[in-house]
Amino acid sequence: MTEATLYGLCSAALVGVGLFGLIMHPQPLRKILAFNLIGGGVFLLFGAVARRGAAAGLGGDPVPQALVITGLVVAFAATALAVALLLRLFQETGRATLGSDG
Amino acid sequence: MPSSATAGGFLLVLAIVLPVAGALLSLALGGRYAERIAFIVMPAGLAVSIAILVSVWRTHNALQYFVGNWYPPLGVAFRADGLSAAMMVTAALLICGIGLFAREQFFAQPGPEQRAPLVFWILLLAVWASLNAVFIGSDLFNLYVALELLTFAAVPLVSLDGRAETLAAALRYLLFALFGSILYLLGAVLLYGAYGTLDITLLSGRVRAEPIAWTAISVMTAGLLAKAALYPLHLWLPPAHAGAPAPASAILSGLVVKAPFFLVVRLWFDVMPRLPEHAAAQVLGTLGAMAIIFGSIVALRQERLKLLIAYSTVAQIGYLFLIFPLAVNPETSHSSSTVTWTGGILQAVSHAFAKAAMFMAAGLIAEALGHDRIAGLAGIGRALPITVFAFGLGGLSLMGLPPSGGFVAKAMLLTGAVAAGQWWWAVIILTGGLLAGGYIFLVLARTLADASEPLALLSSISLGRQTVVVALALCAVLLGFVPLRPLELLQIGRPDVAIGAVR
Repeated sequence: MTEATLYGLCSAALVGVGLFGLIMHPQPLRKILAFNLIGGGVFLLFGAVARRGAAAGLGGDPVPQALVITGLVVAFAATALAVALLLRLFQETGRATLGSDG
Repeated sequence: MPSSATAGGFLLVLAIVLPVAGALLSLALGGRYAERIAFIVMPAGLAVSIAILVSVWRTHNALQYFVGNWYPPLGVAFRADGLSAAMMVTAALLICGIGLFAREQFFAQPGPEQRAPLVFWILLLAVWASLNAVFIGSDLFNLYVALELLTFAAVPLVSLDGRAETLAAALRYLLFALFGSILYLLGAVLLYGAYGTLDITLLSGRVRAEPIAWTAISVMTAGLLAKAALYPLHLWLPPAHAGAPAPASAILSGLVVKAPFFLVVRLWFDVMPRLPEHAAAQVLGTLGAMAIIFGSIVALRQERLKLLIAYSTVAQIGYLFLIFPLAVNPETSHSSSTVTWTGGILQAVSHAFAKAAMFMAAGLIAEALGHDRIAGLAGIGRALPITVFAFGLGGLSLMGLPPSGGFVAKAMLLTGAVAAGQWWWAVIILTGGLLAGGYIFLVLARTLADASEPLALLSSISLGRQTVVVALALCAVLLGFVPLRPLELLQIGRPDVAIGAVR
């Protein structure tokens, strides 16, 4: 098993765990954390892809690495927005859930 | 691949930069200026998108621009084909209409700066910029960023008034959207890993029918369906769209849900023209059919006008996804699948105008009455005849009655269904039309009834706002008079593959 395959498998596991959490957990905060787990998995996959696609003599393909940085920023902004909304919801109602169907 | 930027490519940059600059400037200068800046950017942006449309129409070729003169696969390309140009003009017209409508609702009053007006105008421009970025993006990762920007601009629009239930609706919307975008990104990585590029034009030449491509397209499609609120991933839509202020609902229902649909179309027909499986397309069509039936029936049972309109959006989105089983079919001819495809796009455009007009009409009615309970609408037809007329015109297009854009769109879908020998979709389309007729009639009958006691309006509604609503509803109707030739526009610049005769 090469290094890239190991990373690929890890990222698949992270995405799987995250998807499970996002779909199964009713609490928004856990859903936000699960979203970040999936994000971690996807970014790790970017890394594995970069390693696998590197030309001979190079450490890695630079394009996925550039994409990861942008992706991290976007995921960070998304998490910040979600947490801000959740906090505001908690301030307004005193609860941090989305009701019965959330 | 075509490797040079076309003349007029700078228009594509302007289409994104203008609203972004407006939004940033509004943020820097503060609330009093936000509205003025928006009213400078709106005509300019409309002019830019019309210029793009004219240029695409006259040259019969897609407009292209390469950022920093770096060509794909390293660089990022912007590309406007006929479809992008049509969607951009639709977005520009709607944004201008919504801006005119929102002027009285979100003007900055003298005194301490208020948040809602400032935020509304900034978000309006931000939604516009990200929509344009989605429509002209030619790089799957760039499109991911554009989609996320669209989400970040759309979610706060839901909770502009800061009530607890709209906050919950916004949070639910955001969670669905995040689920969608991360799946989309996952698919994009898989494609990059397999084919070494994210550029749509390059990918369409490299993608082969193999497991990794199927995985990528299914993951991306599933993510986009969550954002487009296709049944059964529609749960977030009704509370979000019904809870937002009327101009915001019009943007969300008319434009924002069309962006992920647009990307699904790009993926299925432009990125992987040789790939789509007939069976997978049938699944999309079945979900669309269930959306039509379920959305319409639930809409019939609503007691509040805005919720009724929101559920009708769920149903109308279903029609958009009927194009997949009809156009992605090895047995149908190229021409008939083009008819279906064009019908689907026309449905997206006419629904955008009709639904925006209906949401704004509902907003005016709610403002005048202080509530939007359907049971209490009696007499409003006499008090606000122009608004109710606009609501009816929008309804005409939703039902698919002639003359309206919705009629032409649904007629094209019906033609496609018959030509493809898949009559069951035709039954769904007609049933959906009947059900839509039911819920529109339910509302109109109430509004036209005589009130038992004289109606006391809470506030008078200015003629200007009512005119804007009628104008948008008329756009939806006028689309029915567009002769078929301009519809060829939609085919300009699309990859030269017979979309029906794939595989």
